[in-house]
This record gives sequence, structure tokens and C-alpha cells, in this order.
Amino acid sequence: MLRFYCICIVFAALASCSERKEPAPVFHAEENPERLSDWGMLAETADELVISDGVTPYDLATPLFSDYALKLRTVWIPNGAPAAYNMDSVFDFPVGTIITKTFYYSVPSNEWTGDVTIGRERSVNGNAIALDHLRLIETRILVHRETGWAALPYIWNEEQTEAVLKRTGAVIPMTLHRGDGRTEEFGYLVPNVNQCAGCHASDATARVIEPIGLKARHLNKASSFAPGFNQLDYWLAKGLLTGGIAGPAPRNAVWTDESEPIEARARAYLDANCSHCHNPVGPADTSGLNLEPDAAGPALGVCKTPIAAGTGTGGRVFSIVPGDPEASITVFRMETDNPGAMMPELGRAVTHKEGVALVSEWIAAMDGECSRSG
Amino acid sequence: MMRLVLAVAAFTALAACGQKETAPAPGDESYQETLMAQLIDARSGDIIEIPAGRFAFDRSLSLTVDGVTIRGAGMDKSVLTFANQIAGAEGLLITASDFTIEDLAIEDTKGDALKISEGKNIVIRRVRTEWTTGPKTENGAYGIYPVQVENLLMEESVAIGASDAGLYIGQSKNVIIRNNRAEYNVAGIEIENTFDADVYGNVATNNTGGILVFNMPNLKQPGARTRVFNNEIYENNTKNFGHEGTPVASIPAGSGVVVNSNDQVEIFGNNIRDNKTANVIVASVFSSDIGDGDMSEDFDPYPEKIFVYDNMFEGGGDNPDGLELQALKLAIAGPMGRIPDVLWDGYMDPEASGPQDVLCVQNGEAKVLNVDGPNGNKSPRIAEPAIHDCAFEKLPAVELTEPLAE
Repeated sequence: MLRFYCICIVFAALASCSERKEPAPVFHAEENPERLSDWGMLAETADELVISDGVTPYDLATPLFSDYALKLRTVWIPNGAPAAYNMDSVFDFPVGTIITKTFYYSVPSNEWTGDVTIGRERSVNGNAIALDHLRLIETRILVHRETGWAALPYIWNEEQTEAVLKRTGAVIPMTLHRGDGRTEEFGYLVPNVNQCAGCHASDATARVIEPIGLKARHLNKASSFAPGFNQLDYWLAKGLLTGGIAGPAPRNAVWTDESEPIEARARAYLDANCSHCHNPVGPADTSGLNLEPDAAGPALGVCKTPIAAGTGTGGRVFSIVPGDPEASITVFRMETDNPGAMMPELGRAVTHKEGVALVSEWIAAMDGECSRSG
Repeated sequence: MMRLVLAVAAFTALAACGQKETAPAPGDESYQETLMAQLIDARSGDIIEIPAGRFAFDRSLSLTVDGVTIRGAGMDKSVLTFANQIAGAEGLLITASDFTIEDLAIEDTKGDALKISEGKNIVIRRVRTEWTTGPKTENGAYGIYPVQVENLLMEESVAIGASDAGLYIGQSKNVIIRNNRAEYNVAGIEIENTFDADVYGNVATNNTGGILVFNMPNLKQPGARTRVFNNEIYENNTKNFGHEGTPVASIPAGSGVVVNSNDQVEIFGNNIRDNKTANVIVASVFSSDIGDGDMSEDFDPYPEKIFVYDNMFEGGGDNPDGLELQALKLAIAGPMGRIPDVLWDGYMDPEASGPQDVLCVQNGEAKVLNVDGPNGNKSPRIAEPAIHDCAFEKLPAVELTEPLAE
């Protein structure tokens, strides 16, 4: 059996070397292939990025902001081994699972100039997205091995034909064109392998890497890829997911959906952008600030003084001052682009103005006040 | 090629020494990938050697593997500069146990210089962290910053220019901080929410506050049992350049040793002199901005069992920071006088039997000024010597455990 399996891998590798057609998913149990195509998750043709058969694209109700990069997420599990449902934590994916996240931008010119715009994610037609006026930057792999999850960053080449493993990450100079005509130069950060753990080891004591977005509350939304289905229902039907879902699955709001209450949208945003560190056992538990969906009071930051924020206070006294976003440290740390003060600490170089506006609106609508003794 | 690189490095190092620099000196950028790859590939038992030279980084470094040693050629020879850093909240972030770092310098990071989070058996030896353009509010917050660690030895290190604390030990257990030097930071050395810390043989000078022992609300663990002894704590009179909202921003310039809301703190055998606000301050959270806002209910805001004895006090208290303290000094001691060596804010747990639960002073002529905080400073007074003429049981020395046992 083992021998058969090995032959399959060799065959798949050979196939990908030749004509780049019919790529098939390959689980690399130990070695880290140099090329993204060796995983067989995605294949690039002259004008399309093609998702391989059996690989499922997905998206999140409210995603992490990454300098306005657009994202294509996929998941693949080995045959017949669905993930087990958990209500609050990451689903239990079997060994062999491969998750990809491709970061790309809308660009004004098909010639790469470093100029990027704030666009919308490309819809998947059939099993591919069109590459016209689009620049692929990097694809991150999360692979579940016997030894645990491993995170690997691949950077797309100049010709956009292949992505190559770059474990030390990179900084890619870009110019962001905001919708209002203003431009900003920034360095897009591809994290190095150790930095991947900075977010993906969301229990700082266990320090075990795991996916972040693959939780019920992030995935519980209308599917963008299977019209008419709820994404969780689609996964159940497809055999990607198993387990009794007792009662309604938790659900984060879509942060841009103005029909949802502002509090739900803001809390979904803080959850997706902050709680991988700001949770009761996370790397930011040193701060006493918890931004998971069920946090409240000082733990959530309301009238909470900082512990070790340093420059990050912005001269403000409380994390959240009800009714006063401009006096709230939370808003300062989202607005600033000083690496010593900004939040999140990694993966953002420019300000997410729409996110700041959302959290500010939520704080502005809060009742209450903070007292100062000093 | 290698020789050329080294020659260039030597040249820039010379240049840095030869002039009073206004901007941080540049460094060799080619080493970033090398060191980053070594940190990623590190295995337990590895020693990563950083050669002599000045090396420039544009983003933060991190290590996640237990059992690694990072060793330079000396705190003035192997210099990692982050003056052009564009990403990362610290220079070097360690999330690992059984870690040793020694003989190197980290300069001009945008955030913290060296952060070590959640590890056991940590040794930091002869490491220098510095913001090279002087004390400035824009400087990063912490120089050397172990947090939530257990069994820690920090020795012979140097911290200069941090806009919060130079050497900051937070939420930790069983630590020895000795023979270090902290200057031109807002707080020189800060022990916060930590159990069992011995702080000795250090020099803290030209900070806003020399050595701080604090407990902060809303954290997982409080702290207690810190011994501050045989240190040189003098002329900590640098204007407070911390950020408003940070706990240290409320420290008056000219503070020698400050205890805030911590319990069982022993201050003895130190040479404490010429700290212009007061040589020793004992306060509750109610006297500082850190008491603002909401506190978790189990937080104890009162300092208790603070024992000051056998220190050498000299000068200090003669020019306190801020109008209120100036007025207080005038009222208590007149224009030529000084605030006594020990200043206490006067807050006590309502359950306490009296000041002798809070503060005992066995220190020759040293006096205690009770500023009467609970009554809005209405009747500040120099305490009758008998009030604080008491003693607490002395704390045992901190013993590092295996593998750091000495």
C-alpha cells in the first residue's frame, strides 16, 4: 500500500513537470517542495488560476484585513476523511489536509509596476479565476502532518507562472491607489515561517500551529461558490465535514453588511483581526485584553487601562471610551502605521480605513463613561 | 568578498564611534536572510553565533524552538540595528524555553527590542538594547522584555533610551536580575506582576524612575516577594518622556525606587541618592493613572509588607517633579528643605490594622512622608518614627532551579 502511494506521488510530480495539465492534489508528509505546483492545489494557465478537482474554495463571513490584498482560500482533505465539527474551535481536520490562501491584488496594468488598487475578490467561474488585471503575490500553505500543522509561504514569480517557497518571507514594495485618488507607498510583508506561528499559534502556551479561519462562526454564511447553499451545509453535503451540529451553528456577521447590527459587525471584525492573539490563552494574554466574540467589560477593553502598550497608547488612557472613538486606544492602534504601535502587529502596513470607521461607529454608539482617579 | 564585507562593517563601526551621531549608523543588510534562516532552521541544542559587525534588519526576527542559544561577539561588537524597520512589533521575539542570549546589541527598534514570551529557563547575559539618538517619546517601549517566563537570569546587560522600561520583567516567576545597567529610560528596571524576584547589583541612573515594583490590575497573576538590594540608584531625574496612558507615564521625574500595589517588597543595602522627587515611593494604584478605569474584583490595590532597611540615602527630594509635589515640599520642608527619603501615599486596606501592615522602615535617620492621599492630600505629614518602626519577616533569596541552579 505504501509503495503504491509513493508511486502516485512520483507520478503526480512527473505530471506537473510536463504540461501542467490536470494537476492532482499531493500531500507531502515531510518534505517542503520548492514549488507551489508540487502540491497540486492550484494551477496557472496563461489567463486563469485553476483550482484542482477535489479542492474546495471557501470564504469567511468577515476576514482578516491584509493591506487590501484579495484572497482565494481552498481546502483539500484526503479521500473519505471529513473534518469533525466543533462549535467554537477549529474543526478537527485529518492528517493530510491542505489549506491554501492565495493573496492577490487588482492592478491597473497587466505590466507589474507595484501599483495596486482596492478591488473586489474575483468570482470563481467553473473552477478558475481570471488573471486579467490581477497580480498574484503569494500563496500560503497550511498542511496537516503527523507532527502537526506546518505553515509555508510561496511567492509568485515575476512571470506569474509559478510560486516558489520562501521560508524567510519578503517585503514587496507596492503603491496603493485608494478610491479617492490618493496613493500610498508601502511594503507588503510576506511573513517568514516563524512569523506564521505569531498568528497561527493562538494558544501561546501550547504553541501549536493551527488554522484560524476554519471555525463554524467564520464559515457559517451563504456559500460564494455553491449558490443557494449555506457554506457549512455544503461542506456537510460534500463530505468535507461531519459531526452533529446541535442547534444553530455560531455565526459571525459580515462586516460590510449594513443590514446587520453595528455591534455584531464590529465584533466580527475584531474577532477576525485580533482574537488569534487577543484571547484568554493567546500571545496577547499578557495585555489582559480579550477580543473573542463573548468577551465583555474591561477584558474587551471598555475603560481598561493598558499594561504594556508603550507607543501604542497614542497618548490615550483607555482601550475603549464609550461614545468617544477618538479617545480610544483601540482606534489609535488600528489607525497608526507605526510598526511599534500598530495592531495587528504583523500583516498590515496601511490603514484599513473602512475597518477603523466600523469600529469607531460601534464605540461612538456605546453608552457609559470611564472615570479617572488621577 | 567576505573580507570586503567585514572591512565595510569595521569601517561603519569606526564611523559610528568617531562622531556624535545624529542618526543611527547604517549596517550590513545582507545578513538578514542568513540569520532569519538560521532562526527558522534552529533545532534544540543549536548555538547560533552572530559575528562581530553591524547588521541591518528591516523586519522583526523570531525564534520558536526550545533549547537554542544566540551568541554574539560582544555587546559592542555584534550589533543588530533596526533603524530602518518597517514591520514587526519588536526586534527579536522569542517564544521558547531553555533559551540563552548573550553578548550582542539590539538597536533602534520601532517597538520593543528583545521580547521573550512564555518560556522557562531563560538566560539573558551581556545584551545591550539601545535607542541611540537619546531619550525620546518615539523610541520603542521596552528594551529587554521577558513576560510570563519562569526561572529567569538576566545579568550584566544594558538598557538605554526605552520610552517605557529598559529592563521589564512582567507576569513572571522566580527571577534574578543582577549587575545590569539601565539609563535614560522612563523606568530603569521594572518588576511587574511577578513572584519571587531578586534585583541586585544593578545600576539605575538618569532614568525618570530607577527601579519599579508594580502590580497592575486585570492580569492573570498579581505579584509579590521582590527583593531590591545592593543596587546603585542615583540621579534618576530625566524628564518623563513616556506615552500618556502607559503605567510609567505617571512616574514623577526624580524617583529612586517606586513600589505600586505590590506586596512583600524588601528594599535594603542600596545606595540611593539624589533622586529629586524622592528616593523611595510607596503607593497604591489609587495614586497613579493606572488605577483609572475598571479593575478586576480580585485585584488588591494596596501595597503591603514593604520593608525598607539599611540603605545608604543621600540627597534627593529637593526638587520634586510637578507643581503639586513642589507645593508639598514647600509646605513640609520649606524652600531649602527636601522631601524625606520615603514617600508613602497613605492608602491602606480598610482591613489593615495600621501603617505597620504596609510599611516598615529600619533605616537610621530616614523619615517617611505620608502625603495623606485618601483625604485628598489635606494633611500631609512626616510620620512619627514609631509609626513605621517595625519589621517584617525577611524573604529568602531566590534560588534558580535546574537547569539554571547555581
